[in-house]
Amino acid sequence: MKIVVLVKQVPDTAEERKLNLATGQLDREATDSVVDEINERALEAALRLKDADKGTEVVAMTMGPADAVQALRKALSMGADSAVHIVDDSLNGADTGRTAATLAAALRVTGFDVVLAGNESTDGRGGVVPAMVAEHLKLPLLGSLVSADIADDGVHGVRQGEGGTLTVRAALPAIVTVTERFPEARFPNFKGILTAKRKPVTTLSAAELDVPAGVSRTVVVATVERPPRAAGRKLIDDGTAADELAEFLVANRLV
Amino acid sequence: MFELTEDQQAMVEMVRDFAATAIAPHAAKWDETKHFPVDVLREAGTLGMGGIYVREEFGGSGLSRTDAALIFEELSKADPTIAAYISIHNMVVWMIDAFGNDEQRAQWVPQLASMEALGSYCLTEPGAGSDAAALSTRAVLDGDHYVLNGTKQFISGAGVSSVYVVMARTADTGSQGITAIVVPADAPGMSFGPNEKKMGWNAQPTRQVIFEDVRVPVANRLGEEGSGFGIAMKGLNGGRVNMGACSLGGGQAALEKSVAYLKSRSAFGGPLINQQSLLFDIADMDTELETARTLILRAADALDRGAPDTVRLCAMAKRVATDAGFNVANKAIQLHGGYGYLSEYGLEKIARDLRVHQILEGSNEIMRLIVGRLAVGA
Repeated sequence: MKIVVLVKQVPDTAEERKLNLATGQLDREATDSVVDEINERALEAALRLKDADKGTEVVAMTMGPADAVQALRKALSMGADSAVHIVDDSLNGADTGRTAATLAAALRVTGFDVVLAGNESTDGRGGVVPAMVAEHLKLPLLGSLVSADIADDGVHGVRQGEGGTLTVRAALPAIVTVTERFPEARFPNFKGILTAKRKPVTTLSAAELDVPAGVSRTVVVATVERPPRAAGRKLIDDGTAADELAEFLVANRLV
Repeated sequence: MFELTEDQQAMVEMVRDFAATAIAPHAAKWDETKHFPVDVLREAGTLGMGGIYVREEFGGSGLSRTDAALIFEELSKADPTIAAYISIHNMVVWMIDAFGNDEQRAQWVPQLASMEALGSYCLTEPGAGSDAAALSTRAVLDGDHYVLNGTKQFISGAGVSSVYVVMARTADTGSQGITAIVVPADAPGMSFGPNEKKMGWNAQPTRQVIFEDVRVPVANRLGEEGSGFGIAMKGLNGGRVNMGACSLGGGQAALEKSVAYLKSRSAFGGPLINQQSLLFDIADMDTELETARTLILRAADALDRGAPDTVRLCAMAKRVATDAGFNVANKAIQLHGGYGYLSEYGLEKIARDLRVHQILEGSNEIMRLIVGRLAVGA
């Protein structure tokens, strides 16, 4: 079985993340870059299949600037067999639609039985790219699963929503996204770190993928910094505090 | 030498993640309850920390001493006690890998490198510490076995470890009469003293190891008869660099806590860090640690190259780094005021743990003896 895991390099959530106010893009200098944790769980799911069946091939794929190769190296050090890096200046600032079209094109080139990804990234939090990829590839999407059983005869998974639990299944090939209910990712060991450099990383450009040039369809109109937190409102009880508090909670839809 | 390679950066990052997840959140509890976290050590083993500078053939990680120093500093930021035990374990595995024959390596290294089995190092005795060549535990040849009698003191991991590298006397010829023998924990006649009550290092057991007519096959001897003292000293060169690196990690953690505290604590109309005398303290702590780190990396590099001044540099680095680590941790307590004295803030534990690094693996007085004798050609 060939599994492609979509990984994304994101700013470390432990630090204060910043946008470049002029371009509306992420300020990559402001924070350390890490592999998105939810993608690491998707990778862990793939690596567990590989642990059980050595014939499983795991490919890590990312679209991102030259630096994003570090995220791929991390995936390789954890145990992925190879990696695909889609890197092209013309993709700088791509929106979710363009990103999904590009990833779909790369997935067609790479080939796969299953695509595994996180349900949403910690930076953009759009949560739509895997669904868009599925749409481009005309494949079933089993999204936001809390558990999955992936085998040659298909994927069986459980998806939890506010209203209840869905048991879902699809034949392969399919696109699967995981939530943080999946097990935490393993640490790479020293051997994995040292062998990661010798594993193949294929670089693909937009032209090679035949992705139409042009700007994204989404346009960032304005970027503003989050206002500093203001002091909370104080209620002084002159006999009406209970009413005021109830009013406040209702007005802010907190009850 | 001073810029980390990409591989080193990736290794340090992994160790940091592992230590921050698996060790740091539990370190205070383990200290308080004297819990030796064997399960966490096994996990460290799967990541390659059980045989860091042991050859890959039988499961070691095949890394350099410089890599090891970086790894031990990082582990020790989370808990000096656990880092220091892993250092001792590595010294044991390295001795078997470096001085054992292929049969011995095949038998012991795989289980130790994975940390499925833990190792202990038995040199010190109740009556022989700094004067290690005066040790009196005896191994007498009887057919194809040695019969061991004697007591070893301050043995880290004792009672839990499966494999003991024991320095025993096979002839009454001083340091020339000492032989290294691997003794498995289940050898009949071997027993352990009670877990010592200590100032620090509570998350690893320290016990006496007692040998009463313990029969060990001659095949368990490392190297030739009489070569044990040389093996012990070579092991300690690396052990000293590792222990120094552990002191750096503890000191660095104490420094970082102090910087954060002085920036957040206000007194006399502003953050404490605005007091220049305290800023100077931070400067001194940072400088003392960086000075020591520089010497640790230089000594590790000498070990990697087999340089002629290895013994001298390892002794200097051990002394400087273990003094620096303790001084910084002690100063950090002062900078935290009353809070530094509370266990909750984690400073007093660092100081308690690092204090013993000035005593063990050759006390800092012995380090000065080594350096001084080499300096005057005596």
